[in-house]
Amino acid sequence: MSARPPLLTLSHISHHFGAAPVLDDVSLAVRAGEVHALLGENGAGKTTLMRIATGAIAARDGSVAREAPVAMVHQHFTSIPAFTVAENLALAAGWPHGGPRGRDRAAELIARIGLPLDPTARVDGLSVQLRQRLEIAQALATSARVLLLDEPTAVLAPREVAELLSLVRRLAAEGAAIVLISHKLAEVLEVADTVTVLRAGRVTLHGPMAGQTATSLSEAMIGGAMPPREVTLPAPGGGEPLVRLGPPLVADAPLVLHAGDVVGIAAIEGNGQRDLLRAIAGHRALAGVEVEGTTGLVPEDRGLEGLIGGFTLTENLLLAEVRDGPAWLGWGALEERTATLLTRWDVRGGTPRSAARALSGGNQQKFILGRTLGQAPDVVVAEDPTRGLDVAATAEVHARLRTAAAEGACVVVHASDLDEVRSLATRLLVMHEGVVRELPRDTPRASVGDAMLGLPA
Amino acid sequence: MNTTVVSRRAAVPDLVLTLGAFLLGLALLLAFLSVAGFDAAAGLAALWRGAFGSRYALLSATLVPAAPLLLLGLAFALAARAGALNIGMEGQFAMGAIGATWVGLAVGGWSPLLAIPAVLAAGLVAGAAWIVVPVVLRWRFGVTEVISTLLLNFVAEAAVSWAVTGPLQEASRSYPQSDPIAMSARLPRLLPPDRVHLGFVVALAIAAVLWVILARHRLGFVWRAVGASPRAATVTGRLPVERVAATVLLLSGALAGLGGAIEVSGVSAALYQNLSPGYGFTAIAVALLGRLHPAGIVVAAILFGALQAGAGAMQRDAGIPAVAVHVVQAVVILVMLLATRRRG
Repeated sequence: MSARPPLLTLSHISHHFGAAPVLDDVSLAVRAGEVHALLGENGAGKTTLMRIATGAIAARDGSVAREAPVAMVHQHFTSIPAFTVAENLALAAGWPHGGPRGRDRAAELIARIGLPLDPTARVDGLSVQLRQRLEIAQALATSARVLLLDEPTAVLAPREVAELLSLVRRLAAEGAAIVLISHKLAEVLEVADTVTVLRAGRVTLHGPMAGQTATSLSEAMIGGAMPPREVTLPAPGGGEPLVRLGPPLVADAPLVLHAGDVVGIAAIEGNGQRDLLRAIAGHRALAGVEVEGTTGLVPEDRGLEGLIGGFTLTENLLLAEVRDGPAWLGWGALEERTATLLTRWDVRGGTPRSAARALSGGNQQKFILGRTLGQAPDVVVAEDPTRGLDVAATAEVHARLRTAAAEGACVVVHASDLDEVRSLATRLLVMHEGVVRELPRDTPRASVGDAMLGLPA
Repeated sequence: MNTTVVSRRAAVPDLVLTLGAFLLGLALLLAFLSVAGFDAAAGLAALWRGAFGSRYALLSATLVPAAPLLLLGLAFALAARAGALNIGMEGQFAMGAIGATWVGLAVGGWSPLLAIPAVLAAGLVAGAAWIVVPVVLRWRFGVTEVISTLLLNFVAEAAVSWAVTGPLQEASRSYPQSDPIAMSARLPRLLPPDRVHLGFVVALAIAAVLWVILARHRLGFVWRAVGASPRAATVTGRLPVERVAATVLLLSGALAGLGGAIEVSGVSAALYQNLSPGYGFTAIAVALLGRLHPAGIVVAAILFGALQAGAGAMQRDAGIPAVAVHVVQAVVILVMLLATRRRG
């Protein structure tokens, strides 16, 4: 394999934003036929490196050699929902139009990659899985032979993940060079040939994947093993009943969620879990949901829904309580409370007067959690609370949520990662097409995955 | 509506930016005058004389247009801080003027202590009423207020024409204007014989109140939160975003209407066509130059009042068309929009 020439070579790349170094002498080569895993904590410099690889930004130092077009497949979808598959492909590829000829070219491309896509289907009718396939097809439509995949499995169910990984292998076998960014070590161990790990902008591990283990990768990412933080939880279902899910949400007996429960909801995007979570949090009405006591929400989109980036942290604390707060604002007292929150929740990188956007994602999330849990709600709803967080911040968020449950809250959490739901929750609910059912906590992973797809367990 | 002109932590300090934008505008005005073959130095001298060169220039010229510019600038900023763009201040100003004239003609026998508040209230109500339709269109149908308020300006202009040739036309029925309003309904001058009137103080007081509300009151924080991020305001703040937008637009319309009322009550004493020399649009530049902050808008309103006053002197003394000062206004708007653009 090493006989093949590299399609993309990054040599001695260094980059900094302002005074802060982001990348320090990073080199990386990706060959045709190779799946190259790029790992690292948030802020390790993966995204910057990939943006330099595509040419979106120019490195301050070092060189980039591209032997073939490079395309990035982002986590968020870029296709236009009101357009057909063929039209989106034509748009991405720069084909003149999406008429009959465009449709033929789209059909040809889809057949070549072997995707189950209908060129005439409108994108808003596609499943999340197919929309992601379309993203990959769009990248290939530009005749790219180097694909940079940014956390492609974050939105998929286990079975779909397996299908995606086999597609990745097939594309590589056909001569593409693939860089796979992921937080899921099991996946990259399975699919990648080569691995590069970044920590704080430097390469801490580079070499063939063979011989690596989840532990060795994790140590290269965070520089030492994480001590697990254990929180003792009461037996599930022991506390006061707080949330009742009745028909039409459940097929048979109502589900009752209690104080002290950590309820994990496993579902594939678009199966009604978002409405359910918002209804439990009291933000909307949904038939079948009854909640007692106060509620607190940790919204899915930190940057857009949980915080106002340009506001100070003090103002962001006030945002959550202004509706029922006093008419005149006491900024001094608010700043003191913010300072206390930052200390108690170990939020780093900011003062009460810093803009929220100055904080890293993990610290933003700790701030939001502290703000929500500080109000001591009876029911805490957390939507994908560790999305985009690194290993250390994820462990911190998990510990905080479990502590809240141990202190008497009913914690309802949804995560796009099934393993996370399984490790965090004391009770496991699966939602498919708007219907919720409870599975025993020790249900095997594959059976949970089948239940998420609506297959009989 | 995600359009926003709210300051986004500019790299340059606010005051430097504000003065820099204004000076750049003046510099381009001079360059324009030179290229066009005018004596730029004489023009600048006349501009200064007409704006600040004497007690008369300041108190009878500059501060007179500064009053409506301040009120309208505050009107724009109030809505813009909450993420709503009121481009219809010219129309609300005109409706405020109609309302004030109508009441001002009817309060002949009243004490000024009653007549003046009645006239000002008429302006507030008429201005707010004129923005009701855009508010309803936005609330019920999601129609952007940028277009609807703008279009109603033309309707308001036609309404003034109709009023001064119809129901409010002067007694002899020869001129397109109203009779003078009652003496008791006229705003007193602050330092007679200079023309600056009580309306300027009213506008300053409103600026102060607005400043306090924006900095210290829950209401101001709610407006700012809705303007900065409607989604975070909805989800985290659980705030009624559309109701807040409707409220600030109504208040904005009311303030613009008050601008029309003080112009009638303090300056013109009667309703005319073209009562406003484009105050409703100049005020957008005023608000942007003032960084949507009440204190900044006071400074910007006086600067633009000076420009308005100086333009007259420039035309008189140096033969330069007064409209040339619109170059400054245009440059200010462009520079401020550039400085507050969203970061990519």
